[in-house]
Amino acid sequence: MSTEQIAQVVDAKGLSCPMPIVKTAQAIKGLASGQLLEVLATDPGSVKDFTAWANATGNPLVEHGEEGGVFRFVLRKK
Amino acid sequence: MDDEPLNLVLFSGTEDRLQAAAVMASGAAALGRRVNIFLQYWALDAFRKERISASLGLAPEAGERGATLIAEAAKAGQQPWHATLRVAKELGEMDIQACSLSMDVLKIEEEDLDPLVDGVEGVTAFFLNAGDGHILFI
Repeated sequence: MSTEQIAQVVDAKGLSCPMPIVKTAQAIKGLASGQLLEVLATDPGSVKDFTAWANATGNPLVEHGEEGGVFRFVLRKK
Repeated sequence: MDDEPLNLVLFSGTEDRLQAAAVMASGAAALGRRVNIFLQYWALDAFRKERISASLGLAPEAGERGATLIAEAAKAGQQPWHATLRVAKELGEMDIQACSLSMDVLKIEEEDLDPLVDGVEGVTAFFLNAGDGHILFI
């Protein structure tokens, strides 16, 4: 579990594909390199999408998990 | 990462097909890919200021059950296709062009079109901008 401070949280719960990723791509633009972005989503496709997006864009996915049907992703701005 | 743009030729003007196209376009934009969209016929008609927020119907295969499910998704908060496209356009490099032939056939003037549309071009310009990127016809 990371103890670093999260710089911004994107609540994408209830949004369907591709909005969680689109909102993430928007939010990460506003962060400085090294800052952490937390995203909450309920779209079941988001697990594969976030892994793929992190790999493709070079913003590492440092944490992800699921609790009570809510997926949580923590990304580090490259 | 693929540097070639994603190129969409939109032909159909039904809400479900436009939504599918908007999803493809915004997914590519979120990955930082350039997106070129070429609007023909009924898709172009759907981008008229007067039509863009109107109910545009569904593809015939949707049937009654499909229509019910789409209505439920909208009620549950799924945003309309044009809203998805607007968000995607802010996110990345997206160029939306009207097909000049379709403009003629449908008697549409540039000022009739929603500001999402960047301009009017012919098919040759579309192919030049498409480069070696994929072209999808929807």
